[in-house]
Amino acid sequence: MVTPVGNTVEDTWANILRGQSGAETIDLFDASEYTTRFSAAVKNFDSSDYLAPKDARKQDTFVQYGMVAGIQAMRDSGLEITEENAPRVGAAIGSGIGGIGQIEKNAEIVRVSGPRKISPFFVPGSIINMIAGNLSIRFGFQGPNLAIVTACTTGTHNIGVGAQQIQLGTADVMLVGGAEMATTRVGLGGFAAARALSTRNDDPQGASRPWDRDRDGFVLGDGAGVMVLEEYEFAKARGARIYAELAGFGMSSDAHHMTLPPEDGRGAAASMQNALNDAEVDSALVDYINAHGTSTSAGDRAECQAVRTIMGAAADKVAVSSTKSMIGHLLGAAGSVEAIFTVLALRDQVAPPTINLDNPDEGCDLNFVPHTAQERPIDFALSNSFGFGGTNGSLLFKKV
Amino acid sequence: MSSIEERVKKIVAEQLGVKEEEVQTSASFVEDLGADSLDTVELVMALEEEFETEIPDEEAEKITTVQLAIDYINSNLT
Repeated sequence: MVTPVGNTVEDTWANILRGQSGAETIDLFDASEYTTRFSAAVKNFDSSDYLAPKDARKQDTFVQYGMVAGIQAMRDSGLEITEENAPRVGAAIGSGIGGIGQIEKNAEIVRVSGPRKISPFFVPGSIINMIAGNLSIRFGFQGPNLAIVTACTTGTHNIGVGAQQIQLGTADVMLVGGAEMATTRVGLGGFAAARALSTRNDDPQGASRPWDRDRDGFVLGDGAGVMVLEEYEFAKARGARIYAELAGFGMSSDAHHMTLPPEDGRGAAASMQNALNDAEVDSALVDYINAHGTSTSAGDRAECQAVRTIMGAAADKVAVSSTKSMIGHLLGAAGSVEAIFTVLALRDQVAPPTINLDNPDEGCDLNFVPHTAQERPIDFALSNSFGFGGTNGSLLFKKV
Repeated sequence: MSSIEERVKKIVAEQLGVKEEEVQTSASFVEDLGADSLDTVELVMALEEEFETEIPDEEAEKITTVQLAIDYINSNLT
């Protein structure tokens, strides 16, 4: 895991539990003409423990983040790829936007110096499936190799569809997740033009404030999250350390608008309900929800409404938090980073906080775990992602 | 100013991720220095930039060793 608050799972999770924000003024490029001049960037990233400099140089930053997260996950799993198991190991790792940094750079090269100066690594260094592809080359995975692209639901869908490969019997192990690095001149400008971003330039760390009445949009974040999914008997037989069980996966579409959810959050509700149905688990058993919670006006309220729709009276007991309050919105990496947080919440029996939630907005009335983490029994936990295009995904994890 | 040979070897080392002292004049980019076809394309681009020249594709394809790169630069640059 590579995030704005840490370049490993351990560092990130420790900072999340203490409510650390990773937002700061942008120094990657001159953002002075932008309406939003801050983001949640990855800091002090050094891929040299994981990638040869020659190989790292050929890849867009999002690929490097994804590769590092994938290598970390493989090292943590202790899984050895052998001639026997290699055909049964696959990867499903996507990105919302992909190598926009390389696209911008090469567009400038072609404009200034002509087409002969385009790098031969431009295409293989910037297309979205290259994290899954490069990891398969590095480790020798010969099973399914996928990269699902569904905007901000990318990470969640790759995990869910990766799990379905195991259910279908096409693989025993899937390396799954997402990565993103879209904080570039065009990327930032595009989200700013869509009026999706907070413009709280004088207070970057207070800008991502899900469900707060003074929220004004999301904070663009960078990073990657990758996890190892294994068929249960396979994992047990090799003595794997099992963090949690992926009990259910649900998807839905809003069929409503390019960027806005319907006010009643029906698409979000259907997504969560489908995950619960997949696992045959009653909604009242859910103890924690890692919300999509981006800090936008419409999205936060719709998600709160959706939780009420599926849980009824039990909604008053569930803890619902948005870790985006700290790391911002990692777009295609959001779902996988947050799924890892959800798994760690189950492992450590603690709900991470929603920071900056000073005054809950009207229509936002759940236990959003304001400011400080809450220790509590958690047996089932949901992780939600909702993306542009109205594409939704929910993962239900169970304590082991 | 470094010699052409030194400049070529420095670029080869940088592009292919090998140590400069490992770059023998006789070395083949693909067979000895681990380059693939994309690496060799990028290497030629780096040589073009360093020596401020343009190497036509049909000539570039023939540059497969450090010595051939040095020879090309020597005979095409004054």
